Amino acid sequence: MADLSINFAGIKSPNPFWLASAPPSNSGRQVHRAFEAGWGGAVWKTIGAPVLNVSNRYGAWHYGGQKMLAINNVELISDRPLEVNLREIKEVKRAWPDRAVIVSAMVESKPETWHDIIRQIQDTGADGIELNYGCPHGMSERGMGSAVGQVPEYCEQITGWVMEVAKIPVIVKLTPNISDIVMPARAAAAAGASAISLINTINSIIGIDLNTLEITPNIGGKGGHGGYAGPAVKPIALNMLAALGRDSVVSGSKLPISGMGGITTWGDAAEFLLLGASSLQVCTAVMHYGFRIVEDLCDGLSNWMDEKGFPKISEVVAKSLPRVSDFNNFDLSFRAVARIDQQKCVRCNLCYVACNDTAHQCIDLVAKDGSLVPPHSYDLRSNGKEHAIGTRASVRVREEDCVGCRLCYNVCPVEGCIEMLEEAPLQPSVTWKEISDSQRDVTEDWEKMQRYRDKMGIHIH
Amino acid sequence: MAETSQGILRAAALSELLPPLTAHEAAVESARCLMCYDAPCTHACPTHIDIPKFIKKIASRNLRGSARTIFESNLLGATCARVCPVQELCEGACVLGAEHKPIAIGRLQRYAMDFAYDEGWMPFSPPRSTGKKVAVVGAGPAGLSCAGELAKRGHHVTLFEKRDMGGGLSTYGIIGLREPVEVALAEVAMLAKLGIRIEAGKELGTNLALAELQKDFHAVFLGVGLGVTTTLGIPGEEYILDGLEYIEQSKLNLHTLIVGKNVVVIGAGNTAIDCATIAKRLRADLVTMVYRRSEKEMTAYAHEYEFIKREGVRFSFLTQPVAVRVDHGKVTALKCVGMSLGSLDASGRPAPQPLPGSEFELPADQIVKATGQEKPSLASVLKLRTAKGFIETSDQFETSLTGVYAGGDCIRARGAASTVMAVQDGKLAARSIHERLVAHG
Repeated sequence: MADLSINFAGIKSPNPFWLASAPPSNSGRQVHRAFEAGWGGAVWKTIGAPVLNVSNRYGAWHYGGQKMLAINNVELISDRPLEVNLREIKEVKRAWPDRAVIVSAMVESKPETWHDIIRQIQDTGADGIELNYGCPHGMSERGMGSAVGQVPEYCEQITGWVMEVAKIPVIVKLTPNISDIVMPARAAAAAGASAISLINTINSIIGIDLNTLEITPNIGGKGGHGGYAGPAVKPIALNMLAALGRDSVVSGSKLPISGMGGITTWGDAAEFLLLGASSLQVCTAVMHYGFRIVEDLCDGLSNWMDEKGFPKISEVVAKSLPRVSDFNNFDLSFRAVARIDQQKCVRCNLCYVACNDTAHQCIDLVAKDGSLVPPHSYDLRSNGKEHAIGTRASVRVREEDCVGCRLCYNVCPVEGCIEMLEEAPLQPSVTWKEISDSQRDVTEDWEKMQRYRDKMGIHIH
Repeated sequence: MAETSQGILRAAALSELLPPLTAHEAAVESARCLMCYDAPCTHACPTHIDIPKFIKKIASRNLRGSARTIFESNLLGATCARVCPVQELCEGACVLGAEHKPIAIGRLQRYAMDFAYDEGWMPFSPPRSTGKKVAVVGAGPAGLSCAGELAKRGHHVTLFEKRDMGGGLSTYGIIGLREPVEVALAEVAMLAKLGIRIEAGKELGTNLALAELQKDFHAVFLGVGLGVTTTLGIPGEEYILDGLEYIEQSKLNLHTLIVGKNVVVIGAGNTAIDCATIAKRLRADLVTMVYRRSEKEMTAYAHEYEFIKREGVRFSFLTQPVAVRVDHGKVTALKCVGMSLGSLDASGRPAPQPLPGSEFELPADQIVKATGQEKPSLASVLKLRTAKGFIETSDQFETSLTGVYAGGDCIRARGAASTVMAVQDGKLAARSIHERLVAHG
């Protein structure tokens, strides 16, 4: 059985799953129950400056009968008195010595204020500190949270203040509300942080109530941007995680990265590990289903690691990172075409309409006698299930015209029905970078491009 | 007091079987629809409702749009949502049916229709008059559909109905557990809003003459349905109750319906099943359906047969009634003879033949027959050309008399007659009539 334990910048935990700093880790009682359920660690809901909260606080995006594909919130950092939080942190850590207790902090941007809070946290016996440079609402208006994370210089300066007094590992949490995630990460590294975590929530307006025309969530007739999180943000988080891994300065700093942003299943977790995260934080999925989900996060990840032959987490970390590249380096001669398994196909025709209306018009409807037929070609006087099913055309890809766009594969509702088959290349392997380095004019002039295509035998359908 | 609560219990026993979908159930079920392109459910529906379209409008919470989509293809969407044999039609063709559960299309259609009727909303309003007059005879599904489609196009429609109320079998002949009377009557009322004039108590051949209709109207549509329940020709038949009347009484005069303790239902079609259901649900101790052929040949839909078996009704297959046994003026048994199946008969089914010496008696204190209806007797009265006893029509639903059209059960010489087929006939006939009226200026 795979060893799920981690040592993240010196913070040890029995598994890589930590509650992210958020409502689930708001109190000692909650964190206590989370640890009972099996969570490896918890990043305490941010403590620091005094605040007042509002209601309603959470909006959610539901789609296709599935609840909460994303959530957004305007809740602030902990509104419980600082002393209460500090006392409970101490109690929890004492009760759970093997679990990671990390405390998220955010105070006004003054060196002495930061020094005070860091010392107070360290006095609790906590294992680490996370600097909340990401909160996009409420705190940013007061010069904290993402107001810091969006300016690399502030990020570096404040992290520097923290490091002056820090005796335990310090994790800098980044906001995704920035053009280039690499910049604040470099700043954190330059200031001597112990680790990085990402992503915090994304600026968002979740929706509008079409009956009242009010913003969701409605706060006394008003509403505004809130932090967006949940399954829908995972691809954005994965991209930012990979961006840090691919940056020579950030990766050169060897800072471990705690990944978060939409982790809901063990599969999501594995993807974050594969792109370089070495601890994982979860919030929305817990807010949806409760602490119990950690069981399958661990169980599923462990089973997958056993199946793949990964004995421990560190062997999974960043395994797929070298595969992340960019368009310049993709092999232009690589060729895939769609093939439909006629046995599995249920004849929903979703691939047909997607290809025909919006892609490359290379899927045909084929009647029982082999002839091509247009859609809606049945006799209006025919009806009944036998006739409808018995005369229904099948879908067939004209492989010679298929550009391998993979849209049909994505819309097909049947598992394993459409396969993207790798075909032998028709041209020698070449990348865009190689072409632009050696024949720049081809990349700048349509006529020369056409001559290049003719020479290489590239036909665009 | 006891009488009243007994009445409530009896009514509840025959109230609509399936509850309406809740908003949440409708949201989840409509989301599950794949939205097939050129969908097989739409092909399988005799009226070709754009099913993915109306379902996805439920998903997007555009319920008016959903109801409009249904009405555009089928003005009797509320009836069809309840009585259609969806297992043989739309749901039977659903691509999710093979390895999963088909979408509950019928119940979703009912959800959209209930919304429209609850709101009293109808997508069509009578357009400018064309000045053309059409007589529609029979306010059953075919007649209503035809009348509605013609009114939508601005024609003046007068709908003649021999009974007091419109709706035909939907009102009188389908068990309330599948379609309550109110649903059928609401549909009639909704169509009347399109400007259709309804004249009840008018029967062709009695107080209505085809020749006069031909004179007074630019076109005539006959949706006259079928005749009375067939005669068995056995001694004591006068003691046998008529199945359609049995159902009608259960819907309109439930308090007067007396159900036996030991009920025998003759026949194995959908009407027979309705009769057996009524008897069983109104506390008969024993209900037996008698059919002269076997399980395989029965004309009831497979899902209806499954349903009635679960209701606890017994079957006596290969059984031919030969006489009613009456003692002291009361029915005590149905005398029967066992049958065997021989070679195929004219209907393509094996012909049942009596087994010598197999006579037996089925004890019964009530016998109901639902052995199918007579072919439309009007055809010969009106001197219309017939096919196998049914009114013969062209592809345009025109009879042998120019300008006289027909549709529904009265022309259904081939295939299974059903409400939805009648609706489609009425719709297509209306198109033909419209083209004719427009072409003739």
